[in-house]
Amino acid sequence: MAKIGVFTCWCGENIARHVDVEAVSEAISKLPGVACSMNYKYMCSEPGQSLISEKIKELGLTGVVVASCSPHMHLKTFRKTVELAGVNPYMVEMANIREQCSWVHSDKAVATAKAIELIGIAVAKVRRNAALQPIKVPVTKRAMVIGAGVAGIQAALDLAAGGVEVILVEREPSVGGKMAGLSETFPTLDCSQCILTPRMVEVGQHPNIKLMTYSEVEKVDGYVGNFKVTVRKKARYVDIAKCTGCGTCWNACPKKNKIPNSFDYNLGNRGAIYIPFPQAVPARPTIDADNCLRLQSMKKGKELCGICMKNCGSQAINFHDQDELVEFDVGAIVVATGYKLYSIGKEQENPNIKGYGEYGYGKYKDVIDSLQFERIISASGPTGGEPKRPSDGMTPKTVVFIQCTGSRDNAKGITYCSKICCMYTAKHTMLFKHKVHDGAAHVFYMDIRSGGKMYDEFVRRAIEQDGALYHRGRVSKIEEITVDGVKKYRCYGADTLAGEPCVVDADLVVLACAMVPSDGVTKLAQKLSVGYNEYGFLSESHPKLRPVETNAAGVFVCGACQGPKDIPETVAQASAAAGKALIMLSQPYLTREPEIATVDEKLCAACGACVQTCPFKAITIEEIRDRKGNFIKNTSRVNPGLCMGCGTCVSVCPSKSVDLIGFTDDQVYAELESLLA
Amino acid sequence: MSNPNPDLKARVEELANTRLSDCYQCGKCTAGCPRGDVMDVPPTRIMRAVQIGNVEGAARADSIWRCLSCLTCSARCPKSVNVSGVIDALRQISVENGYLSASSVKITEFQKSFLRNIRRNGRTNETEMGVDFEVRYFLRRFDVMNALNTAALGPKMLTRGKMHFKLGSPVKDKALVKRIFEKCGVEL
Repeated sequence: MAKIGVFTCWCGENIARHVDVEAVSEAISKLPGVACSMNYKYMCSEPGQSLISEKIKELGLTGVVVASCSPHMHLKTFRKTVELAGVNPYMVEMANIREQCSWVHSDKAVATAKAIELIGIAVAKVRRNAALQPIKVPVTKRAMVIGAGVAGIQAALDLAAGGVEVILVEREPSVGGKMAGLSETFPTLDCSQCILTPRMVEVGQHPNIKLMTYSEVEKVDGYVGNFKVTVRKKARYVDIAKCTGCGTCWNACPKKNKIPNSFDYNLGNRGAIYIPFPQAVPARPTIDADNCLRLQSMKKGKELCGICMKNCGSQAINFHDQDELVEFDVGAIVVATGYKLYSIGKEQENPNIKGYGEYGYGKYKDVIDSLQFERIISASGPTGGEPKRPSDGMTPKTVVFIQCTGSRDNAKGITYCSKICCMYTAKHTMLFKHKVHDGAAHVFYMDIRSGGKMYDEFVRRAIEQDGALYHRGRVSKIEEITVDGVKKYRCYGADTLAGEPCVVDADLVVLACAMVPSDGVTKLAQKLSVGYNEYGFLSESHPKLRPVETNAAGVFVCGACQGPKDIPETVAQASAAAGKALIMLSQPYLTREPEIATVDEKLCAACGACVQTCPFKAITIEEIRDRKGNFIKNTSRVNPGLCMGCGTCVSVCPSKSVDLIGFTDDQVYAELESLLA
Repeated sequence: MSNPNPDLKARVEELANTRLSDCYQCGKCTAGCPRGDVMDVPPTRIMRAVQIGNVEGAARADSIWRCLSCLTCSARCPKSVNVSGVIDALRQISVENGYLSASSVKITEFQKSFLRNIRRNGRTNETEMGVDFEVRYFLRRFDVMNALNTAALGPKMLTRGKMHFKLGSPVKDKALVKRIFEKCGVEL
């Protein structure tokens, strides 16, 4: 026989202003199974909670309904109260008579009647509640970090410092990511390489970090605490254990300085066997199979060239190297895959985004993007830090910087602000003026967004002390002209503050392009069951309260793969993700809420509809066999570690053999009956 | 950008003793200007024009002659830019280069009459200055209606004691006044 206690809260005036709480208590006390119906001004307060536990002990209540605010607010509070009083915490239901009643109604009579109905529903449900136990899941104390830019490096170092073994997976031949290619960083103008390379070395040497460069995540199985990740180690054709990084091979390569180096955004060249930049970690070369004479000739059954192999003193080169699949058991995964720049030219991979034909990117050699400009002014870049324009190597005297190229442009398809361009453009103008004193740096901007410690001061410094010329307005088009035999780029812009068109003839044009997620991130997100938005940025679990967690338990995000952000923010987020992963990995086992789907295996026809629909890949088709091993039937089965309790499978099951514990059909129908009675 | 002139821009900075690039175009100078409603180019726009080197454009604006030099703009500027000083500099550049505007002739003539009057007497004599100004202004513009309207004011002002027929009444040490004018290098 159910003995239900109903506790109605006034929430100060929040509920009581529009709901007659006394009348509600009175009406509820008459419902079948209700042993007591009380009300109190603040049910979540200490005296309120005591009232509940006293009544449980006094009357031997079997279930409790708290009619107050949203369960998001206080369900945990009341579950704890009930548990301390000796009743299973899952025997509590909440009726939300604040957000869904008193706050949205002004007619007291109507609100009171609705509150009675809402509580009636909860009473009907709680009578059918079952005592549940949280699910315990074992944890593998090892983490994987995907992407070794500054975010991944920071997360890996923090996890490693926390005593956890880390597998750091990087797709490129070296760690370092985008930051390794930057010149100086705002707002302090300290050299990017100087602050990053020591950390790159550290991840290469840390005893807790296993570095997997030139590798990609192939497959992810398992669930929180128990992931099985298959990593494809791409054929590098160099045994990095034998190689000493002496450099004989890349200096001997006949293709030396003939192949555009993607690390320099094709402004500089490398050989077929190369290290992307001198400070690479590991400082071991990779052979670019598409451009290597030997590897290409091997396809035709010949063995040409091979000069690198002949010159290698440590016999590290292996032209028969193959991709290798390596499997890792990890408990947590941190995704730090970063960003790339939106492609400005007409051709786009994403059909919803259009390029800037009017800026002539790709057609005019001296119209470059901001990361290319970083390489041009970087001391380690292809020009050794001398600002030279790509077409003829001339030192540009007039440079036009165009902000919001791609960003905040509804017609081109990207509506968001890329957040960092205002700051790095100010930095670009400074670095340019520091190198070309008599140069003119014109910036076309729409707004200057420089929130952050010492950020606005930095932009003002560029304008006031370094003399950057800022014009509020967009550039409409760029055309190539010749003035006294010198190529120039006429930028047709506007200065809305002066209220007039503003035309500047530039030697070099730098486009501050929108940040978009790096290639392949959506495919990776699908492997990990992590959500992403229309642009492919990964979705955090809650924008404010769970910023590094994802809706896939055990998978964390940090850095620009989650949204455009600068280095300080990326590093902070990476440490946060590492911290959250460490909290998880420090538990002896993980507890999960028991409200998950369950299959009645007798009824299940193994049609697979639930398998198809499950967004978390938590359901599989399994065989049922008898003791002798004879096959009886197939059935679907829910992995309790993966199921997030969304209930999608329940709605698609044609034989009604899936049910959601805590929200069973029986309970839901009882709620509906109570409402319609 | 119409007629950017870096030399003139540097001259404005020197005369006003302020850094033009400091201005971030917030608009507070225009917002607080008591003459903002009658200006063709408000102070914020004047600042922007000078910033991008269009000094001539700014110096041809009528609004620089509408400015009362009350200094509210300079006092309230969040970046401590001497806006009023910039406008003053523009007036000087305008006179030097003969950039005329709708109000500039009348106002400069009035100021010249005033200074001439001071140089002669060491203090103002309204009647003398008024006649001096009106005659000279008439000779520049031949604006008959304006002359008749102003002349009609004369008898009213005399009857109310705002103007007197007494000419002169100079200060005692006229030599001192002369030295002041010489030192300032004022040519009228």
